[in-house]
Amino acid sequence: MSTALDTDVRPEDRFISAFEVNHGQALNGTNASIAQQREDAIERFSALGIPTNSLEAWKYTDISKIIDRPYALPLAPEVPSVDPSDIAPFTIDDMDAHRVVLVNGRVDPSLSDLGDLPSGVVVSSLTQAGDAHPDIVEAHYGQYADFEDEALTALNTAFVQDGAFVYVPSGTVVEKPIFFLHVTAGQEDLFLQPRHLFVVEDGAIARIVEAQHSLTDAHTFTNTVTETFVGERANLEHYLVQDEGPNASQVHTRAGQQKDDSVYSTNTVTFSGEVVRNNANIEADGSFCESNLYGLCIGKEDMHVDNHTQMNHVQPDCNSNELYKHVLNDESTAVFNGKVLVTRGSQRIDAYQQNDTIVLTHDANIYTKPELEIYADDVVCSHGATTGQVDEEGVFYLRSRGLSERRARILMLQAFCDEVLSEYKIDALRNHITEKIRQRFANYFS
Amino acid sequence: MALLEIENLHVGVEGEDIHILKGVDLTLDTGDLHAIMGPNGSGKSTLASVIAGREEYEVLDGEIRYDGDDLLELEPEERAEEGIFLAFQYPVELPGVSMTNFLKEAVNAVREARGQDELSSAEFLQQMRERADMMGLDADLTKRSVNEGFSGGEKKRNEIFQLAMLEPRLAILDETDSGLDIDALKNVADGVNKLRDEDRGFLVITHYERILQYIVPDRIHVMMDGKVVRSGDKDLAQQLEEHGYEWIREEAAAAAA
Repeated sequence: MSTALDTDVRPEDRFISAFEVNHGQALNGTNASIAQQREDAIERFSALGIPTNSLEAWKYTDISKIIDRPYALPLAPEVPSVDPSDIAPFTIDDMDAHRVVLVNGRVDPSLSDLGDLPSGVVVSSLTQAGDAHPDIVEAHYGQYADFEDEALTALNTAFVQDGAFVYVPSGTVVEKPIFFLHVTAGQEDLFLQPRHLFVVEDGAIARIVEAQHSLTDAHTFTNTVTETFVGERANLEHYLVQDEGPNASQVHTRAGQQKDDSVYSTNTVTFSGEVVRNNANIEADGSFCESNLYGLCIGKEDMHVDNHTQMNHVQPDCNSNELYKHVLNDESTAVFNGKVLVTRGSQRIDAYQQNDTIVLTHDANIYTKPELEIYADDVVCSHGATTGQVDEEGVFYLRSRGLSERRARILMLQAFCDEVLSEYKIDALRNHITEKIRQRFANYFS
Repeated sequence: MALLEIENLHVGVEGEDIHILKGVDLTLDTGDLHAIMGPNGSGKSTLASVIAGREEYEVLDGEIRYDGDDLLELEPEERAEEGIFLAFQYPVELPGVSMTNFLKEAVNAVREARGQDELSSAEFLQQMRERADMMGLDADLTKRSVNEGFSGGEKKRNEIFQLAMLEPRLAILDETDSGLDIDALKNVADGVNKLRDEDRGFLVITHYERILQYIVPDRIHVMMDGKVVRSGDKDLAQQLEEHGYEWIREEAAAAAA
């Protein structure tokens, strides 16, 4: 079953009427509190409307035109059948991982290879988790991704169907990465809204890798919401590789909450996409938390990538590090907006933010903005942004030792990315990303 | 045989009305080491940069021949392939560029241009260890990014180490001795002396006579206001140390009058 969105009415109304048409059927969740959230969310979405450039948070990214396409809104669990050979290019085989493949936001067990998970660890679809572990889902679902001011989060919450679920119980170490490979497939233009929930309890250690690819040339719009909970003394590394191709757009919202003494690190790399908007929000709701937000964007053609981060320090004695880098070629555009909030009483916060961009052409654009809101007086918050070209002195140094000008420039670009790549703690993943970047740069300056 | 011949070289800054070199004449034979001395702003570093091919300078007149051929036509990397090496006055830090990978690529680019086979990884690493040792460079530094976080002395040693790896025919040292402590100064001088042979020429640019106590030049040239105003043997350095540059300036002025 899928509902075609009627393009004769304004896009908001299409979603609202699709919600009403399917009311009581596909959207009839078993869980009363989730069902109630849906009702609240569609109401909120209706009030907020799809964001336009007139909103400060969406000033440089216009999704209104892209969302105004005749997408199908799939609401049934059936998905196109995908052959293992279709996903072979994306499986990062050198990375020994617990692998789950999601097709159009639904877990496909036939393509997945979970391997042996430590006792008590759950890796499944969100629907399965709702049945098998309703207490965990209910305790965390909808707790971190606030839809009060975010229309797309409200829309996702209203239509929530399925997605990925991870639960790592207290004190458990998951040695191998948990790898979610998200692919979109099918001939139809699709509007997808996966919903993921990752719960890492007190003292647990896990690494989650997500990669997004497309098996179709159809236009897709994916509105993802991921909620993450990192318990006391827990450590979660969370990687996201975005490479869905030129016909895929997305709004990807990741909302995480940390407790005392925990470490949460996110690392996002974007290789392609028509319009990509990432919201990475972390709330350090405990003392002595460390939060890391890293990102890399390798812009090409007319892709548009907008990274909005929000680091909320609501407890004292925490530190956060933020580093986003862009290498922009052709007519690509990147936006970086880094918001840091330090609430009253959250003393002794050390928050660092840096955004560096290399612009390779006259037609590439970068909009960068730090946003610091600080209500405590004993904090160290720093931010910086640089935009420029490849360092010519470095290029001359390398050429004077025998490297061609082209090789020198490519080496300088790779070196520029290295600062972010060095934050990848999974060697096979870092090598995979490094190789993808190397292949991209191989055509540059020729 | 003349390795480097500079004739009536006039150089300005690309796109600006600045005249830095105003008729430099200088000839360096293979096997020789010449020192170029002179006060700040006399054009010593500009001369080194023009020989290495730095693009912000514009040759207004004159010529440079290397091995009898026009050098100015060549790109910087072609000059490196032909065997020219400039040890930078301010070696560039390149965070993220691995010393080992970069140098292997450079060595093999230069070897290929000379019709030599590429070095295997094992051969390269062995050569790197030997020459780092020879230059007194801590081998751990070769595992890092190029010059990143190196002390001033380490950066200068690293330049001489790269010189040893690339085996140029013409090596130009641009104030490599500036800011070195006595151990680093001796290391650098030792390195240069070990590399001196009859097929290789050196131009050593320096402010001070002190390095010439360790590296004995075949000839010394004094540059002032964009020209070589005096040349002499190694004793000239001692005179400069004792009397400064003023007497040469006066002599040059008298000669010009």
